[in-house]
Amino acid sequence: MKILREIFSPLIAVAAAFIVGGIIVLLIKDNPFQTYYELVGNSFGSLKDLGYTLFYMTPLIFTGLAVAVAFRCGLLNIGAEGQLYVAAFATAWVGIKFGGTVVNVFGKQEDWSWMSLPAFLLIPLCMLTAIAVGGFWGAIPGFLKAKFGSHEVINTIMLNFIAIALVSYFTQYYYKVPGDPLLQTAPIGEAAHIPRISQFIPGMPEFVPLSVAFLIAILMCVLVYIFLWKTKWGYELRAVGENPSAAEYGGISPKKQIIIAMTISGGLAGMVAIGEVLGSRYLYYHDFSGDVGFWGIAVALLGRNHPLGVFFAALFFAVLQRGGIFVDIETKYVSKDLVEVLQAIVILFVASLQRYSKK
Amino acid sequence: MGEIFSIALFFSTIRFATPLIFAALGGMFSERSGVINIALEGLMLAGAFTAAVVTYETSNPFFGLFCGMMAGAFLAFIYAVSVIKFEADQVVAGFGINILMLGLPALLSSAIYDSAGSTEQIAKENVLPSFFDINIASLLAFALVPLCWYVLYKTPFGLRLRAVGENPAAADAAGVSVVKLRYFAVVLSGVLAAAGGAYLSIGQSSLFTRGMTAGRGFIALAALILAKWKPVPVMLACLFFGFTEALTIPLASYKLASGEVALPVQFVQMLPYVLTIIVLAGFIGLSRAPKSLGIPYNKEK
Repeated sequence: MKILREIFSPLIAVAAAFIVGGIIVLLIKDNPFQTYYELVGNSFGSLKDLGYTLFYMTPLIFTGLAVAVAFRCGLLNIGAEGQLYVAAFATAWVGIKFGGTVVNVFGKQEDWSWMSLPAFLLIPLCMLTAIAVGGFWGAIPGFLKAKFGSHEVINTIMLNFIAIALVSYFTQYYYKVPGDPLLQTAPIGEAAHIPRISQFIPGMPEFVPLSVAFLIAILMCVLVYIFLWKTKWGYELRAVGENPSAAEYGGISPKKQIIIAMTISGGLAGMVAIGEVLGSRYLYYHDFSGDVGFWGIAVALLGRNHPLGVFFAALFFAVLQRGGIFVDIETKYVSKDLVEVLQAIVILFVASLQRYSKK
Repeated sequence: MGEIFSIALFFSTIRFATPLIFAALGGMFSERSGVINIALEGLMLAGAFTAAVVTYETSNPFFGLFCGMMAGAFLAFIYAVSVIKFEADQVVAGFGINILMLGLPALLSSAIYDSAGSTEQIAKENVLPSFFDINIASLLAFALVPLCWYVLYKTPFGLRLRAVGENPAAADAAGVSVVKLRYFAVVLSGVLAAAGGAYLSIGQSSLFTRGMTAGRGFIALAALILAKWKPVPVMLACLFFGFTEALTIPLASYKLASGEVALPVQFVQMLPYVLTIIVLAGFIGLSRAPKSLGIPYNKEK
């Protein structure tokens, strides 16, 4: 019965979203059935489709877990977007500097080939950078909340804008290939590339950017579950989320837990860089994220802040994201913006039903 | 430096401050009643989109502005139902409203105008008129500041609003309907924020583009916090943030003798956000929010 109560509001929310979305599609004089067929019918048909769906799913798992961990400590991390931006840039930076390529710094060629690392060192270093830098950016609002009591929501929103401006500055003035019209860094060294799934599965086209980052994302679902429910640290973190004053009475420091939760949350958000920078684009590209940090909030909400729920919610939204492209092409009037509308309605309904699923 | 500080900078400061003043004053009413308004961004977008469509179709910018404000009121009402009636988490629901307004206008305009998320260009003579480089909406925004001050501090409504924000239970005991007042305050915030958005699409420019507010709703929120939820400081904070935005225009082309940029625009862009974090942390005087901010009111509890 407990599981039924847990999935009640997410299911209602999804159903409501599809009904309201269907009405909107009707209002703009298009066919909701065809639209929904395009939306969900193109995700699993072939290895290529499946590969893309899981590729879209990977960052959603990371950011969904990030938001969920913070939620469990009673915090709302709207800053996953900023955390993954700084992490992605830093990851690319390490991949460039230690990747054996000639680096262009402020218009001057610098030879860093003497610092080049082999893949078995460089890849873990890049991954650790992603986690550490994302974690650091998440720790800032955690620290500000613990030390000054300032609200993490406002601070994470502000830090998103700061992160994006900061990273755009470094990219534009230091790490762009001269003459490149796009705001992106030089490519990372080949030693920093992580393997793509197509290398292991025959029939999966090479261009599908699904990489081992997906397997890491699954692993993180398991690890976050073990951390939250099977360790003392996770227990303490959740205790603060349930009732900070009771936790403090029981000898747990809410301030410490807030900083820990936000650091872990930021680290998880930062892991988005593994798939995007090391596994897909092989460079830092401005605006690469497609708001995936904000999608994480919808994923965590729909997944009831549980790793298993996050997994399914991420799959659901990945299907929609992939399907949006087909809706754009195949229907007469409906554009892929429908996906955002559905996401928003899901959020509004889950939030509004929260009270009923708690009891 | 003369190339940077010019009369043009003054006018662009006014231009950029205008939508912020509307939105921040709107946010002030909502938050003074105890309801967080992260949704300012979405409410602005609702106003911007509706105003652009109506103005394009009717060639009447004032009717467009009016319809934009009504769209803001309607959307704010949905938000209010979610957070007041259903006691949804205010940040989460507000966030949902913002996402909705990223997608819905783009969905509708690509269906109506067969374009990638923008509306048709409005003829130059049909946008909100300007007097000496100052748009009529800017005049309205600055006129609203003393008006809001008066409403907040000198009218029974203002007194009740502040009472509900600080101590809803006491206000309730004194006979004020907390729920009704909060509904009204949130809807009012939608009207004002939407006016700010409408100014963007039918005043400053002449069409709606996807996500055209570009974070201004959040800047307005920052201004509100910086101004400690008070109308006149809100105006000053908005002017300051408008100034930082205006500065980026001349700075982008201003180069030192060596050919290097004097100050990368990104650092100017960061300024409002960094300042907000510093103020929130209590380094420049304590910014104290209304006491019941974010807490749903439930008589039985």
